[in-house]
Amino acid sequence: MSYFCERYPIIEKSSLSADIYSYTLLCPNVAAEAQTGQFVQIKAEGFTLRRPISICEIDKQKGTIRLVFEVRGKGTDKISRLNVGELMDIIAPLGHGFTVPDTLDGKAIIVGGGIGTPPMLDIAKKYKDKCTAVLGFRSFDRIILDKDYTKAGAMTIICTDDGSYGIKGTIASPLDEELKAGGVSMIYACGPTPMLKAVVLTAERYGVKCEVSLEQRMGCGVGACVVCACTVRRGGSKEQVLRVCKDGPVFDGSEVVF
Amino acid sequence: MIKPDLSVNICGVEFKNPVIAASGTYGFGEEYDELYPLEKLGGISCKGTTLNPKDGNIPPRIAETPSGILNSVGLQNPGVDKFISYHLPRLKKRDTVVIANIAGASVEDYALTAQKLDDTDVDMIELNISCPNVKQGGATWGVSCAGAYAVTKAVRSATKKPIMVKLTPNVTDITEIAKAVEAEGADAVSLINTLLGMRIDIKTRRPVLHNNVGGLSGPAVFPVAVRMVWQVSNAVNIPVIGIGGISDGADIIEMMLAGASAVQMGTAIFTDPYAPIKAIEQVERYLSDNRIEKISDIVGQVEPW
Ligand SMILES: Cc1cc2nc3c(=O)[nH]c(=O)nc-3n(C[C@H](O)[C@H](O)[C@H](O)COP(=O)(O)OP(=O)(O)OC[C@H]3O[C@@H](n4cnc5c(N)ncnc54)[C@H](O)[C@@H]3O)c2cc1C
Ligand SMILES: Cc1cc2nc3c(=O)[nH]c(=O)nc-3n(C[C@H](O)[C@H](O)[C@H](O)COP(=O)(O)O)c2cc1C
Ligand code: FES
Repeated sequence: MSYFCERYPIIEKSSLSADIYSYTLLCPNVAAEAQTGQFVQIKAEGFTLRRPISICEIDKQKGTIRLVFEVRGKGTDKISRLNVGELMDIIAPLGHGFTVPDTLDGKAIIVGGGIGTPPMLDIAKKYKDKCTAVLGFRSFDRIILDKDYTKAGAMTIICTDDGSYGIKGTIASPLDEELKAGGVSMIYACGPTPMLKAVVLTAERYGVKCEVSLEQRMGCGVGACVVCACTVRRGGSKEQVLRVCKDGPVFDGSEVVF
Repeated sequence: MIKPDLSVNICGVEFKNPVIAASGTYGFGEEYDELYPLEKLGGISCKGTTLNPKDGNIPPRIAETPSGILNSVGLQNPGVDKFISYHLPRLKKRDTVVIANIAGASVEDYALTAQKLDDTDVDMIELNISCPNVKQGGATWGVSCAGAYAVTKAVRSATKKPIMVKLTPNVTDITEIAKAVEAEGADAVSLINTLLGMRIDIKTRRPVLHNNVGGLSGPAVFPVAVRMVWQVSNAVNIPVIGIGGISDGADIIEMMLAGASAVQMGTAIFTDPYAPIKAIEQVERYLSDNRIEKISDIVGQVEPW
């Protein structure tokens, strides 16, 4: 696997909700190498550290990738001021992505929490109606990509913490119901750490394989500085400290020590 | 015009150019080798190595600051044996200077680690004396002449390799420490390591780093580094390697005018992985434009008021 550090033209920009932006970059070399679940490190002009953002969609034919991110602080705010026609400076594609076999024995469940929703859209596009997306948001106005998941063919269940749309509460009970119905062979999850922890426990209870995408503050983003540590127990052996940026961000849920 | 000569010789070790990747920011070179050949660099100072493997600190291990970062990695590394058996042979196939950076909790740890490296074909050993002296209540070796002296002495008798002692800026007078390690047989000094700092999240009232405090690096520390390099190069007779906040060719020239015989770049690589490569080209252009034949001609050529 190889990666690039270049500036690529922005060919599409839109806003998905207050402070959440979608960008499409024309970057054929990155698109050719990229895998679902990998991320990019975006340069924010004037800042020392780049911002890690997951790849939301990869179009290998068109040579494009899509990025969806929320403005959280000053760096993402700076990046969000870039417009169509300008160049975005990225290091990409980075990290170890999701395992997405061509065929699955059973159904797949995608669990997305808030801004953790984007990186699994290509999984929904691949498994179409053989997958269910359970997406949780704070409230109605924070919902993103629900239509994209529906359009991909996935059965899409929306939850909001305040009940302003869909099921009131977290993703926990719809996830449990889907698993109870049976026939699920894989769970993919990305979102806040407490949510991931809950998903992993639920998956274990039902004996279903589960992959989670972790977040950690990063330095280099490519595996050189060991800043982005996470603790993992691999193959039943003792705990080891791995790098979210290179060994992850996607890990087998059962090996992560939360 | 003929190509300027970028090579430098530091205590008998020949570098094709004065730009070295700083310890801890470049791993063992493997990752950046995917972007450009490591041969382009003058040298690589590898991730700090300890006698036994270390897991490092609990994350978050990094915080952004105005023009810089704080880090508290806590020396996570695979241990010197793995360095010697796995990383070093791979790096030694490449035509660039390989520097082992070592750290320890006790004088014996340093000596044993250096002894193991003595039998290898590593080009140089850099002593990181900015880590805690466990027996002395955790104060870092490099903040006292006695600590710096003890470590240098132990390593000096454990290896014939050229040794470069990396100084911490968290001291009252860095020239005193530099003189102490020179007296104990250091072949060169490198400076600065990171400056101790802290950031607090005002929403949670928690420090951003799980370790509470961490080391400041990046452009923010550059003027401090230039000042210390200038002071130390005036105080000792061994070569000084300038480190701290270097981002481009102009910074390298400035650091060398202050007295550095070579430089290391770290944090700048996080912002732009190509930064060292671009900086080397910029230095070459500066020399051509100013009709300077050899980079070594500018070392210490600042004209103080
Ligand atoms: C692998 C990975 C994939 C991600 N994918 C997405 C995505 O697709 N969409 C999205 O909106 N967000 C994503 N994030 C989170 C995103 O990186 C942060 O929200 C962003 O870095 C915050 O930067 P800022 O300038 O807004 O905030 P500031 O507070 O100014 O950031 C200060 C520093 O902290 C770091 N930081 C702050 N929050 C986080 C965080 N949650 N994770 C990692 N670093 C953080 C920043 O990178 C920066 O170095 C991802 C994070 C990781 C690690
Ligand atoms: C993430 C990180 C890890 C570091 N690890 C080490 C280390 O293991 N040993 C060491 O001597 N210095 C270490 N340093 C210090 C750097 O080598 C360098 O002295 C410092 O960062 C200043 O240079 P810069 O501003 O160019 O980064 C580390 C710095 C950073 C940012
Ligand atoms: S961010 Fe540098 S190793 Fe992961």
